[in-house]
Amino acid sequence: MKIRFDKLGVVIALVAACGVFSSFAVLKPNRILQGQAQSILDALPSGMGWGLLLVLVMAGTAAVLRMTAWAKLIAAAAALLVLVLAMGYAATFLTPSGNSYARVSPASGFWLLLFAFALLAADAMTRLRPPPWMRILFLVIAAFGIGGVLMSGSWNGLSIMKEYSGRADVFWTEAGRHVMLALGSLAAAVAVGLPLGIFCHRFTALKDAVLNTLNLIQTIPSIALFGLLIGPLAWFAATVPGAANIGIRGIGAAPAFVALFLYSLLPVVANTVIGLAGVPREANDAARGIGMTDRQRLFDVELPLALPVILTGIRIVLVQNIGLATIAALIGGGGFGVFVFQGIGQTAMDLVLLGAVPTVAMAFAAAVVLDASIEMNFRVQNGARSA
Amino acid sequence: MIEIDAITKTYDEIAVVDDVSMVIEPRTITVVVGTSGSGKTTLLRMINRLVEPTSGEIRLDGDDNRSMPAHELRRRIGYAIQGHGLFPHRTVAQNIATVPRLLGWEKPRMDAKVAELLTLFQLEPEIFGPRYPHQLSGGQQQRVGVARALAAEPNVLLMDEPFGALDPIIRAKAQDDLLAIQKHFGTTIVLVTHDMNEAFHLANKIAVMDKGKVVQYGPPVELVRAPTTDFVKTLIGDAERPFRLLSVANAAAAVEPGEAEGEPIQEDRSQQDALAALLWSGRDALPVVSVGGKPIGRIKLSTLLKRAARLQ
Repeated sequence: MKIRFDKLGVVIALVAACGVFSSFAVLKPNRILQGQAQSILDALPSGMGWGLLLVLVMAGTAAVLRMTAWAKLIAAAAALLVLVLAMGYAATFLTPSGNSYARVSPASGFWLLLFAFALLAADAMTRLRPPPWMRILFLVIAAFGIGGVLMSGSWNGLSIMKEYSGRADVFWTEAGRHVMLALGSLAAAVAVGLPLGIFCHRFTALKDAVLNTLNLIQTIPSIALFGLLIGPLAWFAATVPGAANIGIRGIGAAPAFVALFLYSLLPVVANTVIGLAGVPREANDAARGIGMTDRQRLFDVELPLALPVILTGIRIVLVQNIGLATIAALIGGGGFGVFVFQGIGQTAMDLVLLGAVPTVAMAFAAAVVLDASIEMNFRVQNGARSA
Repeated sequence: MIEIDAITKTYDEIAVVDDVSMVIEPRTITVVVGTSGSGKTTLLRMINRLVEPTSGEIRLDGDDNRSMPAHELRRRIGYAIQGHGLFPHRTVAQNIATVPRLLGWEKPRMDAKVAELLTLFQLEPEIFGPRYPHQLSGGQQQRVGVARALAAEPNVLLMDEPFGALDPIIRAKAQDDLLAIQKHFGTTIVLVTHDMNEAFHLANKIAVMDKGKVVQYGPPVELVRAPTTDFVKTLIGDAERPFRLLSVANAAAAVEPGEAEGEPIQEDRSQQDALAALLWSGRDALPVVSVGGKPIGRIKLSTLLKRAARLQ
């Protein structure tokens, strides 16, 4: 029997091999100083180190060989879980007992291994062609897995978790603010952008003007836009009675919210216009011809048919907003950006990660959920629209 | 009855439909033919006010069609178009029930109507009702489109090149189905097409449009025998004339008593079909049977040749 290789699997195995031979963890005397790199066998008690290597080699073999997607997925999940647990154990093992300044962080090898097996998992999942609900299920399982590892305390020895434990209260407040900024501005953009898009579709004369204006706003760099908004909002807070009381100020959450809202408008309006324009002409003509009013046509025919495209716009906005909201911290708007900028200021990279990692995770989760809902929506009509 | 009274539609000073008057009798099929740009579709769309006329009036059973809001008018008039115009996000059953739903029918009545129409169009309600339009063949989609137009039992059905997107075999079947449906419901049908064969196959009366005007309006035979303009003549085609005459008459009309040899023809087939059968088999006469299969006489080749001539 001839052994057959999986091309992407070979690449994954090569990346993993590089990871194995690079440093697994870094031991630093304190949170700022440069550290000392440790290989897998140095960072773990020898039995555990060899055990980890064995699991990694097995998972790497599963990647290289042609196997069913389920087998590859299970191999990848096992490798990821073992990696993550080993990292936590390495932190405890490397930290000299009684030393509360020393810090252990994942090093390049760990990240390479994480990337390689995450890629293997993603590839296996794609091959499974999971229906939308299953993708959400995978996401929930992953969320519970990560949550479980964090709750179990096995990562508590790691530097990033030490950064967290000192700021647990602030972390969740900023998380709440981040979500508020990203989702709130999205909700406002949908509330304004959807009617504006419908309006642009009905009155084509308006379309170019509106879209060009929004395009222009999109080109303003975000930091500049925050700055530009300070003046008008400060004036607004000073002159309009009660505005200051509801939190409108030149700096803080208000300008961040307004800026994110403005950035969100273009994708929402543009996709609404494109979606409505893509409604089959015959369906529109028939809807009119059999006696729907303009309103019934909008809600029964045009919007349902445009919904997948509109949702795509909302997906773009949500992922973009979750990332952009990080910058709000610069003008005192709060959010995960607070940790990123504090970390940069203190050259404490683990603090930067404390802000960056949850942001990436949130954006990723939002993308998966919205993609799944778009697909669910699209399935019904895919034959008519895409074929 | 549809009375079209001095209807004109101008776009940018150009008359697309120019002072057209005609009366469409109830329970008949009227086919409007013409080249593209002749204004036939615009004329059709003015009947249900998808296009508002610049001047003139259209009356349905005596009432001005502007006496009620346009959408209410349209719910009372069936409308079927080329490429069916089904809603891709709604099932077949939901598509057909669209107008009844707009009219606020009770669910049992809607369901019964959907089942009745699907059965009438030879689509099994349990199988096809829950499907989506993209899961149907072109011919099935077109039938559902017509079924949707008929769901609220309209007296008038407007059809804009309804069979234009179908291949020839399915088109012939769809045309025969339409004739049967028209007989079943007694609907007044106005159909726009550029296909003269379709017009002669379906029409009680044909209206020929050229540059916004109706240049001739009458029974098919009249168009062949006495075309009013060169355009009508060209449209019918000189070489086609004798066959068109035979195509609009039933075999029954040419029967004489007597016997003949060979394969018989049914009395409701056209005389053109009878001629073709005679020529192909090299016979001088062929037996004619009733729809039930009973012999009722024969048709002679010489009779058909005489009937195909300009003067009888």
